[in-house]
Amino acid sequence: MSGAFAAATLEVAGCRVTLKRGGAGRRLLYLHGANAAPAIQPFMEELARDFDVLVPEHPGFGGSDEPGWLDNIHDLAYFYLEFMERLDLRDTIVIGSSIGGWLALEIAVRNASRIRALSLVAPSGIHVAGLAKGDVFLWPPEERVRKLFFDQGVAERVLAQAAVPQDADEKNLHTLARLAWEPRFYDPHLSKWLHRIKVPLQIVWGECDRLLAPEHAAEYKKLMPHARVDIVPQCGHLPQSEKPDAYLRLFREFASAI
Amino acid sequence: MNVLLFHLMPYADLDLDAAKDYASVWTHLPNRHYDPKKGHALYNRYLDELEYAERLGFDGLCVNEHHQTAYGMMPSPIVTAAALARRTSKAKIAILGSALPLRTHPLTVAEEHAMIDNITGGRLISGFVRGIGAEYHSFGVNPTFSHERFHEAHDLIVRAWTEPGPFEFKSKHYHFLYVNVWPRPYQEPHPPIWIPSQGSRETIEFAAHPAHKYTYLQTFSPVKAVARYLQMYRDAAASFGYECSPTQLGWSVPVYVGDSDASAVEEARAHFEVFRNTFLRMPFEMLLPPGYTSRESLKGIAAAKAQLTSFIDVGRAMEQGMFVCGSARTVYETLAAHAQQLGFGHLLVMLQFGTLPAQLTRRSMERFARDVMPQLKRLTTAAGPSHPA
Repeated sequence: MSGAFAAATLEVAGCRVTLKRGGAGRRLLYLHGANAAPAIQPFMEELARDFDVLVPEHPGFGGSDEPGWLDNIHDLAYFYLEFMERLDLRDTIVIGSSIGGWLALEIAVRNASRIRALSLVAPSGIHVAGLAKGDVFLWPPEERVRKLFFDQGVAERVLAQAAVPQDADEKNLHTLARLAWEPRFYDPHLSKWLHRIKVPLQIVWGECDRLLAPEHAAEYKKLMPHARVDIVPQCGHLPQSEKPDAYLRLFREFASAI
Repeated sequence: MNVLLFHLMPYADLDLDAAKDYASVWTHLPNRHYDPKKGHALYNRYLDELEYAERLGFDGLCVNEHHQTAYGMMPSPIVTAAALARRTSKAKIAILGSALPLRTHPLTVAEEHAMIDNITGGRLISGFVRGIGAEYHSFGVNPTFSHERFHEAHDLIVRAWTEPGPFEFKSKHYHFLYVNVWPRPYQEPHPPIWIPSQGSRETIEFAAHPAHKYTYLQTFSPVKAVARYLQMYRDAAASFGYECSPTQLGWSVPVYVGDSDASAVEEARAHFEVFRNTFLRMPFEMLLPPGYTSRESLKGIAAAKAQLTSFIDVGRAMEQGMFVCGSARTVYETLAAHAQQLGFGHLLVMLQFGTLPAQLTRRSMERFARDVMPQLKRLTTAAGPSHPA
């Protein structure tokens, strides 16, 4: 099935990144979370039935370079503005998961002219008083996987596959720390400018997310009242991976209306 | 050889049962377990021990910096050093060290160290460290910038001490329009700089660089590791085209001197084991946050991961040379043999550790000062004659 996706390397801003691309239809850019995008997942294959799906790995993650200029999430946002220009992506639906969701917001407050809509899955990026975040940097590797999922059967399968080799895991964690150690998974200046985001917006959250509490969704709704919020019951931090059918149904509902 | 006393000032009154409920006494152990009345007594006891060490003839008194932990009650070694500055008159005062990357404004280090150097008329030894990994959890500073911040802060401080001010300083992390430190340090060109480390190639090459020639201190490690890292320094010096002097090398080790080998081990056992297995215990993720160590070095360290979390009893610690304990004769022979083998010119002995109480500490200090230290000071190491610091 993943044969539908072609793998390539692309150089933007002096940084080589991996890019998997598959399917046909409207443009869809997937911005991954902390564990990069080493493989094509079932939800990506499903999306490729209706969309031209692009899955790059961010600078500093997975098989992509670690450029010297990468100091913070803003650098990554500017990189993607350049990336979208280079590929001349227009009317792009952006799906962003976790820090990929945060990244999508940082891109959109700067320049949303190539973005048709945003579907964000448990995006970090803001701080809400009283809402704790999991301290992923103190969790041992196995716990980091387990806490991603509500269904520990899924966690077991992920652990058994050992999808991410140790070297890549250390690289991903290193870049994650660079972007999100302090302030922890947010940019204190982002929320001031979220009102600039006018494109259609969906926020999806797992009801049992142990990294970022689902109550964050309500705060995003306050900051961007036009957002559609969907909570996925009995689901952890990655609904698109843990409950792909539920996520795809919600996403298609959202996408069909725009 | 120079012999200095190193004190960590642990919170020795810690409720050890309560500590068992936490993965570490660092970062997470709630500070309700700290009793200020007990802390008051401990601070004054420890300061007395440091002052007593000068009277006993130690060449230097060493203090260090750790945050949010029962392991040591010195979030600011500056305060300890300042308290010692006016109560001592001969011994060097060694701050080993100030954790540069944790400072938002590293010029404060240049200022505070210069003050102590002035007050003491040049008795300061200035140590620079990055802090251990746990500090980055406790303080929130991004560990992936730790090396950059260390080097930039180091350059700033040394320039502030040696170049006429005011001047402008710009680096990636620090941007100052006016660098013009008052007071300037008492010693010319600046206090000796020592670099304590758990061992890393990057740090050793930095310390050994001909522009620096900083004294490298290997802290609390198995003697095999000490030998490897001190040799790495000598090799680095040789590759830079000069011969390393023993005064560029130091070893820091906990020591206990008893009346006999057997009584020494019995007296020290429980207290050492608390130091090693309670105060130093922490999860791998806390000790080595991402970026604290290069991923290349991490590969070597990962091998030591099992040892890090395993219980080490006093016998194994002595076998590995992580603890020197016995009669005065045994302690002398062990330390002298290590000095000959390892070639260091500075020996830093930690004569209080873990929960070792005041009386035992004092008696061990006295035995060490009377029956071990004089002969050690007369030693010249194989790598060449030692010079006063």
